[in-house]
Amino acid sequence: MHEMSVAQSLIHIIQSEMDKNAVTSLQTVKVKAGRINAIVPEALETAFHTLTQGTTMQGARLELETVPLELECGSCGTRFISATEDPLFLHSECPQCGWELGHRVVKGRELFIEYIEAD
Amino acid sequence: MQIQVVRKILEDNEETAKRLRDTFRDNSTLVLNLMSSPGAGKTSLLEATLGVLQRSFHTAVIEGDINTTRDAERIAATGAQTLQINTDGACHLDSSMVLQALEHLDLSRLDLLFIENVGNLVCPAAFELGEDLTVTLLSVPEGDDKPEKYPAMFAKSHALVLNKTDLLPYLSFDVERAQKAARAVNKDLEFFSVSATQGEGLENWTQWLGDRVRDKKKTD
Ligand SMILES: Nc1nc2c(ncn2[C@@H]2O[C@H](COP(=O)(O)OP(=O)(O)O)[C@@H](O)[C@H]2O)c(=O)[nH]1
Ligand SMILES: [Mg+2]
Ligand SMILES: [Zn+2]
Repeated sequence: MHEMSVAQSLIHIIQSEMDKNAVTSLQTVKVKAGRINAIVPEALETAFHTLTQGTTMQGARLELETVPLELECGSCGTRFISATEDPLFLHSECPQCGWELGHRVVKGRELFIEYIEAD
Repeated sequence: MQIQVVRKILEDNEETAKRLRDTFRDNSTLVLNLMSSPGAGKTSLLEATLGVLQRSFHTAVIEGDINTTRDAERIAATGAQTLQINTDGACHLDSSMVLQALEHLDLSRLDLLFIENVGNLVCPAAFELGEDLTVTLLSVPEGDDKPEKYPAMFAKSHALVLNKTDLLPYLSFDVERAQKAARAVNKDLEFFSVSATQGEGLENWTQWLGDRVRDKKKTD
């Protein structure tokens, strides 16, 4: 479960942003996670809530937006969103030409904090 | 109030990995990050590889696999300098652990450094260690559908080593299927088949690796 390390880094960044902006109470953190990071939302939430117990972040809401995987066809170059929900997602069939191999990942690798809401 | 942040969550790891990469470059040390499921044969492959490459290169191993405590002893028996990292139950190594381990290694003397990652096909993929070569080991008993199930791992690897080929006659493992699926997510992937314990196929692998070590010396 790399969600624990992700939550740790997340908290580290939130704290530095809170200090920078002189705020002391966190309400929300918004995270965007590309599909390829294989983050399990429940696991990240649990890790975040466990690690923030008894801190200024306790009770804050973690909003996780999973960014779907956008691929560029390895044959015809068409860009498409991988439709498959199962782990085969990287070689989805191209809707244009049916090709399955060597697609390039256009979107879906990102893993970042978009904003926090704090007072 | 809303505060726009837009910072990468793993930025610390990436920054440290970049520092490591610079250090490795300055010392002309080729670094290999070896990943697999538990028991696929990482330690066995390292033992066999060291047996050959130690003759030509100064080599060391950072041992981060927590599954057996004997791994470090097995590697040390080959004569290579071996460092055990205490991962504290983590499912992957991160770059700060490697940075710490480097305090005990004299990189200026090293041509080749292996890092045996924690046995896990998901988590280590997200944590760069500043390595030159990312290598995923897959073993025959795990099944030929592994690359389909864990594409992220294979997508970021430079090489896929299929291990335990001595078991191919006894198991239904379609080498072509595994290779095709892995190349589907990574068309530049190098592919090797070996039996770490029987020695089959090791020559191609050690030859390729030796060439990479020499390449790195040249470019620096
Ligand atoms: N049959 C066979 N067994 C192997 C081979 N390589 C490793 N093993 C066995 O697989 C088990 C796990 O190997 P190990 O190197 O400890 O795996 P690790 O957890 O990935 O480091 C051990 O019992 C090894 O003897 C191989 O090529 N063929
Ligand atoms: Mg091992
Ligand atoms: Zn196409």
